[in-house]
Amino acid sequence: MADRPRSFQEIILRLQSYWAGKGCAIMQPYDMEVGAGTFHPATTLRSLGSNAWAAAYVQPSRRPTDGRYGENPNRLQHYYQYQVLIKPSPPNLQELYLGSLRAIGIDMDLHDIRFVEDDWESPTLGAWGLGWEVWCDGMEVSQFTYFQQVGGHDCKPVSGELTYGLERLAMYILGVDHVMDMPFNDPDAPIALSYGDVFRQTEQEYSRWNFDVADTATLLDHFVEAEAECARILAAPHEDPKTGKRIVMAHPAYDQCIKASHIFNLLDARGVISVTERQAYIGRVRALAKQCADAFVQTEAGGYAA
Amino acid sequence: MPDLLIELFSEEIPARMQAKAADDLRRLMTDGMVEAGLTYAGAAAFATPRRLTLAVEDLLAESPTLREERKGPRVDAPETALEGFLRSTGLTKDQLEVRDDKKGQVYFAVVEKAGRPAADIVAEVLEKTVRNFPWPKSMRWGAGSLRWVRPLHSILAILSTEEGAQVVPLDVDGIVSGDTTEGHRFLSPGRFAVTGFEDYAAKLKRAHVVLDAAERADMIWAEATNMAFAQGLEVVEDKGLLAEVAGLVEWPVPLMGAIGEDFLELPPEVLQTSMKEHQKFFSVRDPGTGKIVKYVTVANRTTADDGATILAGNGKVLAARLADAKFFWENDLRTVERVGLEGMAEPLANVTFHNKLGTQAERIERIAALAREIAPLVGADADLAEQAAKVAKADLPSEMVYEFPELQGLMGRYYAEAAGLDQSIANACEAHYSPLGPSDDVPTEPVSVAVALADKLDTLTGFWAIDEKPTGSKDPFALRRAALGIIRLVLENGVRLPLPPMVKKADILVCMNPDGISGPGPEKYIPTLLSFFADRLKVHLRSEGIRHDVIDAALPEEWDGDILLLVNRVRALQAFLDTEDGANLTAAYTRASNIVRAEEGKDGVEYTLDPNPDLAENASETALFAVLDAVEPKLAAALGAEKFEDAMTALAGLREPLDAFFEETLINSDNQIVRRNRLCLLNRIKALFARIADFGKIEG
Repeated sequence: MADRPRSFQEIILRLQSYWAGKGCAIMQPYDMEVGAGTFHPATTLRSLGSNAWAAAYVQPSRRPTDGRYGENPNRLQHYYQYQVLIKPSPPNLQELYLGSLRAIGIDMDLHDIRFVEDDWESPTLGAWGLGWEVWCDGMEVSQFTYFQQVGGHDCKPVSGELTYGLERLAMYILGVDHVMDMPFNDPDAPIALSYGDVFRQTEQEYSRWNFDVADTATLLDHFVEAEAECARILAAPHEDPKTGKRIVMAHPAYDQCIKASHIFNLLDARGVISVTERQAYIGRVRALAKQCADAFVQTEAGGYAA
Repeated sequence: MPDLLIELFSEEIPARMQAKAADDLRRLMTDGMVEAGLTYAGAAAFATPRRLTLAVEDLLAESPTLREERKGPRVDAPETALEGFLRSTGLTKDQLEVRDDKKGQVYFAVVEKAGRPAADIVAEVLEKTVRNFPWPKSMRWGAGSLRWVRPLHSILAILSTEEGAQVVPLDVDGIVSGDTTEGHRFLSPGRFAVTGFEDYAAKLKRAHVVLDAAERADMIWAEATNMAFAQGLEVVEDKGLLAEVAGLVEWPVPLMGAIGEDFLELPPEVLQTSMKEHQKFFSVRDPGTGKIVKYVTVANRTTADDGATILAGNGKVLAARLADAKFFWENDLRTVERVGLEGMAEPLANVTFHNKLGTQAERIERIAALAREIAPLVGADADLAEQAAKVAKADLPSEMVYEFPELQGLMGRYYAEAAGLDQSIANACEAHYSPLGPSDDVPTEPVSVAVALADKLDTLTGFWAIDEKPTGSKDPFALRRAALGIIRLVLENGVRLPLPPMVKKADILVCMNPDGISGPGPEKYIPTLLSFFADRLKVHLRSEGIRHDVIDAALPEEWDGDILLLVNRVRALQAFLDTEDGANLTAAYTRASNIVRAEEGKDGVEYTLDPNPDLAENASETALFAVLDAVEPKLAAALGAEKFEDAMTALAGLREPLDAFFEETLINSDNQIVRRNRLCLLNRIKALFARIADFGKIEG
């Protein structure tokens, strides 16, 4: 098939131009360590409040417990998600989504695409939605969710969220069995690079650090510091004494929430969090997410009108 | 009379919700229409992944006119009464009729409710149905506030007669009803109009949608079994999976693929679970070897390459999944080889079972000690039982169980076998969780029984010791299930398990937890634990037709917690009560008991002296003494030997003499000495009954 993409990056580029063509703001990855594209404020915070929004972006995501030293064909502690968020969810979102699959070379006449029930819940974000995992020939290629609640707030209007697991999707389209063998840039490029050329070493380094070396005492301190800083930021009065303007610092506070969440993931990978403590940590991160959501709806972007 | 067709077209409805949703649609619509006076001849509902459909036959074209008469105040009643009546009926005074009544002239209101056209009623009921639909989980979408299971896109609602179809006009939050629908998302895109149910079903089929879920399931099963049969194979039956898959497709196309050679050595349960849970594949078995060798996946479409691409894709996903499973399996086997099952269990030392009850490893130590104690009671070797308990949960930290929690126990068996442990230990790894539900099989192998009992006993004792008993519907640690498990293990294996001493032993073990236990202590909580067991027993025996009051009657005030003995007594008692003798004697007991109570109450004394046979005044009284003398030792012997049926037979011997006695004898004789003697005689009879059960608790 002539229309087939030839590399990992071509699939990303095609998704970027497809969603740009559908009117989404193409954002860049958030510059912090997150567990999933949903954590990007362009999704979490922008799904709150009444303002319309349409954004798409790639988000590097980290799941320390999934590290396999680059050996497992499908599992990585660092990988990419492609994320689309449109608010309010348009009535033809399923059609738009299917169009994106065509754009990356999936021939709808030969493949079996299915929407299989899979409700989404993020206990750390205090968020949930209903939707599906989308199957292509029995493989999950995306998560499709209508957000109902984020940070404990009802989503009004409702956002439609699409998440593509890029490595898995690309491996399928490119017909590659081991992620490290996947062409990263064009295989005919003068300097052809595979995914392994780019990431095998980092997978090893991070797997070792995540599982065995990360200093848990320091991490525990960082968790508590992030938590405290988040509370301190949110406790500040809305009016900025220097400029005299009303400036609610929802985003800086939310950065601390992201930090706490990632530190929790690292601690989890180090195996120092017991089953009972786990729930307590998740509850603490959720409390931060809720307070940040409360703050965001007090901002202009969150629909606040003076 | 018109037919009604309704279709609610939405984005994909979860498979597990479809059947109930179709039924809810039928029920809510027909109930609502009938309530408004629209009766019908028949109604059928259908569901596909994208639609709920209702077809109603021979609906009334309009609801009948209703005439309602209401009686008002008398003509000479105060003006305010009339005003109130006019307000409530919405009429004016000159619209009322005056009629003669027994008490004089009375106002009557005759209100005629005109019939309404079917379309109006259908629109009203349908809107209400859509707005209040009982989805298990529903959602909003876009900027609207309407709730549906997933976004609702269109409503088809038509009433059709021979003259043609008429749209039932309706607008639910901007979704305007019409006479059109869509076919298969990929095979037949685009909308088309329909004129009635037959036209609808036929056009849908042309548009690659099989409306009826049962028909889709039949198509899948027929095609899958045909394909398997053609290769000398058979499809592993799975009704739940079939129903689910039928809810995932509108145009089912089963495709059969092979499982890679590499994976055929995996345990068949692993293959089956992996294929079913993750991929919704049917397993295909070689009837000769019993091995799973192929699979059937069900696509939602035909393709130009006859499904080759789809099958290749599915095969690839499966291979990746099974490669994972194989990786886990081999890693786990290596772990077993390296450190044995007890080594595999080591991480359990870091897993908290409950913050007051220690880690899983500590719990396993307790279960092992208990299993040792229980072993002789169930005919198990104590060493084997202890060893089995120590490794029974070793598979919990295994990679395979981490990935497939539903394989816990089963993997334990495989790994125990791989470790070369005694087969009874391997079997206990799998069986000790059982029975999980009321219909689950109960283990019978002694070692399995010992570990299963120890596991459940530790759980119950632990939570009673820290005073976290189930309340109302809250039973987060499944303690009711644990108690029922013990009951079934004991009964079905004929085990004499003295609960209180065992609970005390379990309590000592639980209290060795370094964090300490501050609870009521076993002396305090054992009675409540026993009554918890008694309650579970009532629920369990209900299915045998044994009444709760019969259990109450047979339950001694100070029950020793021997479930088997109690149930033997209860069963014999229930069987006895079901006979004519039993019913008759219960009545006689009640009579004797009532007389004694009344007379003792009157006299303010208790007539508990030994009655004197010499004071008997008639033949039946003398005979009764003789029979009692004969029955009492027989009953005692039978009870002593725990032969409850014999005890009941002995008691039955009392029936005729007792009947004759009541027939011929007046208890309250004028002679006070005779009267007292007879009351003492009745008490002797009562005491005899009481040795079997408290007949006073049996409800007539």
